[in-house]
Amino acid sequence: MRLFMKIAVRTLLAFVLVSATVLSAQDIASFEKRITTKKLANGLTVIIMERPEAPVFSFFTHVDAGSAQEVQGITGLAHMFEHMAFKGTEKIGTKNFAAEKAALAKVEQAYAAYLKENLKEVGRDPKKVAQLEQEWRKAIEAADAYVIPNEFGEIVESQGGVGLNANTDWDETDYYYSFPENRLELWAYLESERFLHPVMREFYKERDVVMEERRMRTDSSPQGRLIEQFLAAAYTAHPYGRPVVGWPSDLRAFSATDAQNFYRKYYVPSNMVVTVVGDVKAEKALPIIERYFGRIPAGPAPEPLRTQEPPQRAQREVVLQDKSQPLYVEGYHRPNAKDPDDAVYDVLADLLSKGRTSRLYRSLVRDKQIAVAAEGGSFPGAKYPSLFYFFAVPAKGKTAEDMAAPIHEEIGKLKTQDVSDEELKSIKTRAKADLIRGLGDNQGLALQLGEYQARYGDWRELFRQIQRIEAVTKADIRRVANKTFTAENRTVGRIETASSSPAPAGAQKGVQP
Amino acid sequence: MNRAALARTSAMLILVWLFSRLPMTARAQTASSAPKAGSATQQAPPSAPTTASSWKQIPIPALRPFKHQQPRRVELPNGLVIFLQENHELPLINGTIRVRGGSRDEPPDKAGLTELYGQAWRTGGTASKTGDQLDDFLESRAAHVETSGRADSTYLAWSSLKEDFDQVFPVVLDLLQHPEFRQDKIDLAKKQMAAGISRRNDEPDDISERESNKLALGADNPLARTPEYYTLSGITRDDLQRWHQRTVAPNNIILGVVGDFDSAAMEQKLRQALGGIPSGTRFPQTKLDFRPAEPGIYLVEKEDVNQSQITMVDLGILRSNPDYYAVEVLNELFGGGFASRLVSNIRTKQGLAYAVGGGVGTAFDHPGVTRISMGTKSDTTLPAIKALHQEIDKLLKGGASAQEVKKAKDDILNSFIFEFDSKEKVLAERMRYEFYGYPPDFLEQFRAGIEKVTPADVDRVARKYLRPEKLAVLVVGNSKDFNGDLNTLGKVRPVDITIPEKKPGM
Repeated sequence: MRLFMKIAVRTLLAFVLVSATVLSAQDIASFEKRITTKKLANGLTVIIMERPEAPVFSFFTHVDAGSAQEVQGITGLAHMFEHMAFKGTEKIGTKNFAAEKAALAKVEQAYAAYLKENLKEVGRDPKKVAQLEQEWRKAIEAADAYVIPNEFGEIVESQGGVGLNANTDWDETDYYYSFPENRLELWAYLESERFLHPVMREFYKERDVVMEERRMRTDSSPQGRLIEQFLAAAYTAHPYGRPVVGWPSDLRAFSATDAQNFYRKYYVPSNMVVTVVGDVKAEKALPIIERYFGRIPAGPAPEPLRTQEPPQRAQREVVLQDKSQPLYVEGYHRPNAKDPDDAVYDVLADLLSKGRTSRLYRSLVRDKQIAVAAEGGSFPGAKYPSLFYFFAVPAKGKTAEDMAAPIHEEIGKLKTQDVSDEELKSIKTRAKADLIRGLGDNQGLALQLGEYQARYGDWRELFRQIQRIEAVTKADIRRVANKTFTAENRTVGRIETASSSPAPAGAQKGVQP
Repeated sequence: MNRAALARTSAMLILVWLFSRLPMTARAQTASSAPKAGSATQQAPPSAPTTASSWKQIPIPALRPFKHQQPRRVELPNGLVIFLQENHELPLINGTIRVRGGSRDEPPDKAGLTELYGQAWRTGGTASKTGDQLDDFLESRAAHVETSGRADSTYLAWSSLKEDFDQVFPVVLDLLQHPEFRQDKIDLAKKQMAAGISRRNDEPDDISERESNKLALGADNPLARTPEYYTLSGITRDDLQRWHQRTVAPNNIILGVVGDFDSAAMEQKLRQALGGIPSGTRFPQTKLDFRPAEPGIYLVEKEDVNQSQITMVDLGILRSNPDYYAVEVLNELFGGGFASRLVSNIRTKQGLAYAVGGGVGTAFDHPGVTRISMGTKSDTTLPAIKALHQEIDKLLKGGASAQEVKKAKDDILNSFIFEFDSKEKVLAERMRYEFYGYPPDFLEQFRAGIEKVTPADVDRVARKYLRPEKLAVLVVGNSKDFNGDLNTLGKVRPVDITIPEKKPGM
């Protein structure tokens, strides 16, 4: 305790007191001691955590923009830009950038002309469309002549990088990989350059790649089809109702210019957090990171999202007649992650889903034996008001509809009966242990620190969440269950097994209901 | 973990896991790989206060010298092998007991026995405690004790906070020595497995994986066999108990423990707990018979998809094969890396696929499955198959360039440090080598082997193991939307994946 007091980390005091049996004060203090945070002059936040377990480091670049930042017509663009961030820069991936730049400008002109004619509602001339399409494709061919494919990824891999990947969801876009520790400066160059001088090369080929991704995850997967329809029904106004991968019509229409504009608006330093965890010394690494990432010019913070989901007034339902086994999902609107009740939803998720003592497992799987898996939790996002969902996989011979009553029975108990002291205590113990289990890995740490920093403005929230869970009472659980789980706030999605099912409706033609 | 496995795991957040994030690549990037310590590309003043204008100007200093920590190996007189790996970073102690014998050793008419055993071992409780009582006991301590059954072994693993070790480890011992396999939990596990069978044709990738394994290894090969309703119904509690008696003997067990403990004290505890168990019969491994399907095209009709899963398979090699190193370099440059030929040509240049990749399969104690696969929209199914064949032909005829081979070797060697970057990983590798009888320094040999690979080696193994005339090509797709007749590429054999309710012929 003495060491802790000397360092005087006031913010963590409460956490340390409640969890003294799990994490010693000394451990927490050492955690704080190993983390350096700095906001650069351009607004970019940098977090460095020293963890010299092995001569490697991982990083996590968090961009506070996801598919929720899209508007109709460009759905899928946040994810599309993520793919483009692997295409190289003005110096990587090109044989001659000056010539390539000019060729890419021609591609955009040709594409705009083609798109305009193709989307004409009156007087569309198919011959002209075909001719303009051909001109556009020729322009692409000319631009492709300058490309060195995948040079960015090739450099990362041949220099020893592993786990090179990125993610886009509704809330954010993240980029990450791990390097040997002697490549820190190389990483700082590559990662800053990628967001300083991205080039929209091979954009339209990559759009085809993303279409294939959509076919794989959504169109050709029963679960993918169900979730897309379910979210589209649960949200009428807010972008959480739209697929991250985008609607097919938009994927076929948006342009490299659209992607460039999205990037300019959202990839400003103040909207980004870069976290490095591993065998690095902050005093050495910070100047290098500052030198390279400091080059990204400051920009105005993007405007906040205006649209809010209006209160739901009636239950909604989507039923897919599919040639697959049944599935059941229902969701209820809940507030965002900054809401004072957020921890209550975390407790509810644990109570309902975690392990074989969880209520849904014991009721639906073990005792009634009508499902083989059942769970509840929050989805699809955290930044904006989201859903608390219940998902069940019916046992053989049971229908999706059979899942509703037993789930509602469990919900009824949450509303009318207090949880037991043992259950609540057990949940709180697990929350602390799970936190600890997540602290032993560079990439996982970088992800968590980066996300908490971006979401709450302070990575320490990762630890403070434990305090909030600790404070949840039995009355909170009943109150939140009563407030949230009402019939008019409910959206239901089901797959019912059809004897013969139609092809994924509209997916081929780009028309979606 | 595939989705079928996931659907059977009740404790996971299935929905969130599946749908909340869209990654850049579908394949797990499993780089294997060694720092060319001091392979500085350029010499420049360290941390010169300027920014490089090209990545090539950036100095790469020598990697910090690093000696990874090997676990301590202890062999008890009864034959039980223990590995102790101290890790004091977090207050946790985790362990894994691996027992010889798995689904490859179960009788064909009881396919699914090991998987069922793997579930009921834990859920069925012990002589003195039901599985439900164990659940309550463990969950209140945020501890896990889990069992599972796989192809060549069964597992009993635990994880607990350091302070709870003395309460949690007795549960592990109790399960090891006095499992009860209560009938109600056997019935529950059977229900879950039956649901898994009924759902196995829902997702295209589950179908491709299962059916392509059958083509590559032979439909009757235990490594490709799947449980059926009728094999499941014949498995009894007695079968599970006998399996336990047959397999769980100290001389069939490898135990690894990692975490915040003192090795000497832990060794003492483990000797005391496990040293008294008498040795049993060493589990004899079943001999496998590999009868790959005839080369050609195989079609699984799936009406509700707009993308075809194409998988080309053949029998691969063993890791003890001297060609293993050249094969790893070949795989990296052909279909493993981000900038590999398959990714660059099929995905990046042609936009034909999101997920594409593959290579010659390798495994520790049997030939792996050579697999080249991709997903493409229905109407480019034929061109995609042709494109994959072209890539193979180009490689076989034109060979790999010296630059490609160097790059692939760099990929593997420069990332080699990641084989040792956590103590858990080092422990897991050592346990694997012990289990399969590989030398403890196999990774070091691997590095040396990779360093020696030449372009000629790569060409030689490509010709030896990538044999277009031997490939079985599986298509899972909606053939009415194909642009062209699949028969033009060769004789098409339909694959019936109807799930049999009864034993065929009964």
